[in-house]
Amino acid sequence: MTQQTPSEPLLQVAPSPHLHASHLSTQRVMLDVLIALIPVCAVSCWVFRWYALKQLVLCELTALLTETLCAALRRRKSPVWDLSASVTAVLLALSLPWNAPAYIAIIATVVAIGLGKAAFGGLGFNLFNPAMVGRAFVMLSFAREMGASGYVAQVPGLDVISQATPLTAAKQYVAALASGATVADSVQTAFQNIPPLSDLFLGIANGSLGETSVGAICLGGLYLCIRKTIAREIPVCMLLTAAAMLGLMQLLGFTDDGFGALHHLGSGALFLGAFFIATDPVTSPLTRRGRCIFAAGLGALICLFRALSSYPEGVMFAVLFMNAMVPLINRYTIRKPIGGPVPGSAASPKA
Amino acid sequence: MIAIPFLSKRHPSFQGGVHPDPQKELTEHKPIEFLPVPQELIVPVQQHLGRPGKNVLNHNKTPLIAGELIAEPQGVVSAAIHTPVSGSSGLCSHVTLPNGIHVEAVAVQSNAENLQGRALFDELLGGEWPKSDFERFVRREEIPELVRKAGIVGQGGATFPTAVKLTPNPQKPCDLLLLNGAECEPYLTADHRLMIEAPDAIVCGALIAALSAGCKRIVLGIEDNKPEALHSMQRACSGTPIEIVQVRAKYPQGGEKHLIRVIFHRVVPTCALPLDVGVVVLNVATAAMVAAAVIRKKPLTHRVMTVSGHGVVTPKNVFAPVGVSHRRLIDFCGGLTPDAARVISGGPMMGFAVGDLDSPVTKGTSGITVLTKSDLLHQRQTACIRCGRCIEVCPLHLMPQKIGLAARNRAWDLAQSFQAQACIECGCCAYSCPAALPLVQLIRLAKAALRARSTK
Repeated sequence: MTQQTPSEPLLQVAPSPHLHASHLSTQRVMLDVLIALIPVCAVSCWVFRWYALKQLVLCELTALLTETLCAALRRRKSPVWDLSASVTAVLLALSLPWNAPAYIAIIATVVAIGLGKAAFGGLGFNLFNPAMVGRAFVMLSFAREMGASGYVAQVPGLDVISQATPLTAAKQYVAALASGATVADSVQTAFQNIPPLSDLFLGIANGSLGETSVGAICLGGLYLCIRKTIAREIPVCMLLTAAAMLGLMQLLGFTDDGFGALHHLGSGALFLGAFFIATDPVTSPLTRRGRCIFAAGLGALICLFRALSSYPEGVMFAVLFMNAMVPLINRYTIRKPIGGPVPGSAASPKA
Repeated sequence: MIAIPFLSKRHPSFQGGVHPDPQKELTEHKPIEFLPVPQELIVPVQQHLGRPGKNVLNHNKTPLIAGELIAEPQGVVSAAIHTPVSGSSGLCSHVTLPNGIHVEAVAVQSNAENLQGRALFDELLGGEWPKSDFERFVRREEIPELVRKAGIVGQGGATFPTAVKLTPNPQKPCDLLLLNGAECEPYLTADHRLMIEAPDAIVCGALIAALSAGCKRIVLGIEDNKPEALHSMQRACSGTPIEIVQVRAKYPQGGEKHLIRVIFHRVVPTCALPLDVGVVVLNVATAAMVAAAVIRKKPLTHRVMTVSGHGVVTPKNVFAPVGVSHRRLIDFCGGLTPDAARVISGGPMMGFAVGDLDSPVTKGTSGITVLTKSDLLHQRQTACIRCGRCIEVCPLHLMPQKIGLAARNRAWDLAQSFQAQACIECGCCAYSCPAALPLVQLIRLAKAALRARSTK
């Protein structure tokens, strides 16, 4: 532009494509997830009152601080504007029990952001879902506070939290049956603790902060699916596999815990995991085929863990296990170019 | 619009691709306007894929008549260049075209004896065109040579010399001719207007091309967002063997590989040409020029271009000579608006940003798009979040994310193992990347490195 006249606007030069989908940015993707989590947070705050709010605020503040600190250690500007730390914090808070002490929430968040994400190189480089890393850390380190007692307590005005979580109730029922069921009363109590399906849908049941209301989770999930923020095949494949396996297990009589397949589907973190945790783009496979395999594996593992492990819930370990499988899945689901490989190029690419 | 695949019948398409805002309404209903003969043209001797033409003018100040040869083709994959206007040749110098080619060019000063406006358009493309019995005009064997002499190249942007496609090859016989009227790039409506205003020339050219190449079936592929062009072509094609297939409006539907797959269900192998699967693909504008070359013996010196975008005052479809500067065309359309930020030779998805507005347009320039500041990317780049959108939209089923990251780390072997060279640089991946990674640029880097390595 040597002969540019003063009136002429300054022109830029850049390589094609010159257009970009204006509705797509990392920040927007994360913001969408936060928007979708609003109903879940709202129900949680309604059911657990200020206990839920406390966990959310604690996790959020710790996450922003940790993210900034880790970036500073690497001499970088704080990447909190991309909102990924906020998403991790909210998901982590929603997966904690309402009664977990403040230090647990803080430790979990520091581990999630620091060890789960920043240690790998920040957003996009972590192998494991940061929220689940944080939760697994406190789950194993503080088994008592994170166990059944983290959920149950007597607080006036809050009926929900005086009951065992549905999955724990189911385990207790099985345990009561197994103990010989001499005391019919305890079996009866355990059975009564299992809430009706409608309560699971509305969220009037005990559990981790975000997992109680299937309805609110589906509302948020639907928003994400319509906005195409998440890969729809993950919740679809995961829930279908889980439903099929649970149905099969019920038919074969594996689950004699007084807990139908529908109860299993509606309780615990299955829906939250399907819509919000397994769909983390960073830790799920790249191709659609890969994501279907990933999600089916998740659904199957969750059912196995629920039926066989001593923990009442299996979503966290299933997600971490399948995260570890992602590089392997990616390697075996590389798409073939439509016209075949480039002549003379290596036939099998290595991931 | 909610599309339900199982309930509503949709036109065929390929898997992948993106839907950028088409912005065709800026110019699609505006009839072609005619650029007055410019005082000076700068005609590059290379406006095509292949070897540059050889300048045949001996010295400066040669008097020229419109359509006279300026440069002759060197070799098979090369094309002749003609002067679009009468006048005299000026200084020969070099120009840098928007696509980065630095090449010799001939300056032509026009004189007053030039035909212009509608009269010129009608002489080239208007009026009556034969639709059968071409033996009255030309022998079949002569067609490729006439096309070659007229310097006709593909006008969709690739500028592959058309004569090569029309020369029958006993080793690779072609049985299908695909007339490409998809025009999937946003903003561009030049082909669309040509299908409305000169449909008979297109039909005639397609029939001649099919006759020459030995194609038995001719199909016109047209995107379903151009009903006006569809009706015009339906009228023009009646009584001829040309079939019309509507395809779904989607970018890059007009890429020849996708269009062949959608319409003929044939797969063009990676790094091969449509000729390798027996298909000749002609852009509708190229077909019209084939007709002009064979029936009226006119060389390719003018073309229809869309000057559009929110950065020009009055977007138009313009019939103009090649060699005219981008500045002249933009001025003809009212000039740039104050917020214009990028001038693009071609469409916004695959076009080249113009650094020098005085550089000339060529035979492959299907339009000039001027984008404003608000049209351009303003997302901040982040690390790749591995969402897989680039992979989902890739029409060739490549792994842009993998190639891009390999290129970023200069791991050329890795890039090669992900078939970097198969990429057609359509830009779908970079368009839909939430992390705003320059994926196409990275893939180009990998391709260039691999090319350099293979020739070493």
